Amino acid sequence: MTDLSNQTPLAPPRSQWRNVWDQLKKHKGALLGGGFLVFITLAVLLGPYVWTLDPQKIDYRARDFRPIYHALFDADAKTAWANPLGTDQLGRDGLANILAGGRTSMAVGWAAMLLTLFIGTMIGVVAGFFKKLDGPLMRLTDLFLSLPILPLLLVAVTLFREPLRGNFGPEGGMFILIVAIIGITSWMPTARIVRGDVLALKEREFVLAARSIGTKPGAMIWRHLLPNVISPIMVSATLGLAAAIITESALSFLGVGFPSDFPTWGKMLADAVQRMEEFPERVMLPGIAISLTVLSVNYLGDGLRDALDPRIRGR
Amino acid sequence: MLTFTIRRLILSVPTLLFISLVIFLLLELAPGDPMAQVPLTVPPEVKEKMREALGLGQPMHIRFWKWLVQFFWIEPQVMIDHYFGTTYAVGDLRVISWQTRSPVMDTVVQRIPQTLWVVGTAYIVGILIALPIGIYSAYRQYSVFDQCGTFVTMIGFSIPPFFTGPLLIVVFSVQLGWFPFIYDTTHVVDDWDSFVYQLRQMILPVMVLALQTTAQISRYMRASMLDNMNQDYVRTARAKGLSEAVVVMVHVLRNSMIPVVTVIALGMPAIFGGAIITEQVFSVNGIGSQLITALFANDLPTVQTLTFIFAMLIVFFNLIADILYGLLDPRIRYD
Repeated sequence: MTDLSNQTPLAPPRSQWRNVWDQLKKHKGALLGGGFLVFITLAVLLGPYVWTLDPQKIDYRARDFRPIYHALFDADAKTAWANPLGTDQLGRDGLANILAGGRTSMAVGWAAMLLTLFIGTMIGVVAGFFKKLDGPLMRLTDLFLSLPILPLLLVAVTLFREPLRGNFGPEGGMFILIVAIIGITSWMPTARIVRGDVLALKEREFVLAARSIGTKPGAMIWRHLLPNVISPIMVSATLGLAAAIITESALSFLGVGFPSDFPTWGKMLADAVQRMEEFPERVMLPGIAISLTVLSVNYLGDGLRDALDPRIRGR
Repeated sequence: MLTFTIRRLILSVPTLLFISLVIFLLLELAPGDPMAQVPLTVPPEVKEKMREALGLGQPMHIRFWKWLVQFFWIEPQVMIDHYFGTTYAVGDLRVISWQTRSPVMDTVVQRIPQTLWVVGTAYIVGILIALPIGIYSAYRQYSVFDQCGTFVTMIGFSIPPFFTGPLLIVVFSVQLGWFPFIYDTTHVVDDWDSFVYQLRQMILPVMVLALQTTAQISRYMRASMLDNMNQDYVRTARAKGLSEAVVVMVHVLRNSMIPVVTVIALGMPAIFGGAIITEQVFSVNGIGSQLITALFANDLPTVQTLTFIFAMLIVFFNLIADILYGLLDPRIRYD
């Protein structure tokens, strides 16, 4: 017979996040991706304090240096340990520029991703929770989905550049503009996913129980619904980060991004295309930086999706 | 099916109106002044006249209405006149570019074939590569081929076209010298040699665009095949003694194509966006590069028309996706 007198469980219950972490550890790509993302974020945040060269400093005597690894296969190449990734046609240091450019790209990426999530989650939750608003909000989402995003981005950035520059300074104005525009034009997938999940959650017993003890709609959303839709939001966060970094670089590449003396990865790539026959590394380095960052974010998202899905997690 | 199609068709009218309003308001509220380039010595009353000559004198709603009429009523008439030699649109005011002082649509008609050629070929090539990859990696899930396919599609997702473009140019045009790195749009195909040249100059831009398509569609194909692989009807088909080829290529593939066809139709707009960048990299003078030039020249009528053409393409392909979905899946049609 089972002994019912001892009711205390043998071990404390495992938390959900513990399980998620265990599953994520099994996904090699996600671990590598997450590691690289942390590395590149720390590098662009702390790098300028370690590598203190000013990215804007023009030094004509040290222009057109090749990266240091060129000395391996071409002993006559112009290299210097003072500029391990070479210098550009004005003698600006390559490494300092990559770090400064990464700072901008990552800042735009994170800020635009957070704004996208905020708008998307808000619209998704409101549409799912309040039946009256569901129809109009979802029609609005459909309409936004049929807007031509890249042409509109180009138009908006070119047309609204001047006044924002006047108000917030050349870099600040552009930052606000790009983040706002990416946020406004890419919240739709998040909103759809969140709405679907909220609709399903609303029928569950715990929501009924919460309502029966008189929980107000605000508290209901904040305490009961949002914690349960956190996993799709996290997955779309990774997708949003990758998309925002690529969009910002594309705008810089097309020449409508940040002002010309302000390095970003996309602009460094665009500037280097003119002379890429002689100096292919100036295209490669920022290009690889963008691609690796986006690749790592995508792998992290892939792993998170598996780890957060309880049906897959058990396997 | 017909009612379903008609209902979808009618629904797309308010969508298009909304989009045209958004584009119009965006350009309207933008602070740029078309008279900014005019010298300061020009007296204000002359400036006012120039402004009126550009059609800027009237209130906003009248200009929106005029633009709608010009775009949806007069331009189709011009097209009919052109093809049938009639004179419906003679003397009517068309959408005039501020840059070239000629009708915007004339330039668009000259440039749209280049865009459609490059984009269309890229899309077809991408689909033709993606479908077999997706099918085989689902059939042999977690095999070496599947792992490699996953890795390659991840890379395809992550490397932006403005990096693959220069990369391919450096490798294939500069180092190897196989393909030209500028797309020559004046090139006329009239014999075998010129056809080969046309093929060679199309390969690089098509590859850049196709990489993105391949990555996306092969992922969807794989996922959709995997969903169907373990269904009961597949076991039944195998139990009937059908050959493996018939089971996979006929039974599973047909059912898996339903979501994939929608993705193919819906992916079309994204590739037009990618085409703007690819045209810039390879100097293809399609409508994407026209949009960029018009933007930098502050040529608002051209910008408005081109953005709206992109929007129309999106709505059109959404419509096709809806109709295809209805055709393939009867459950949706009768909803």
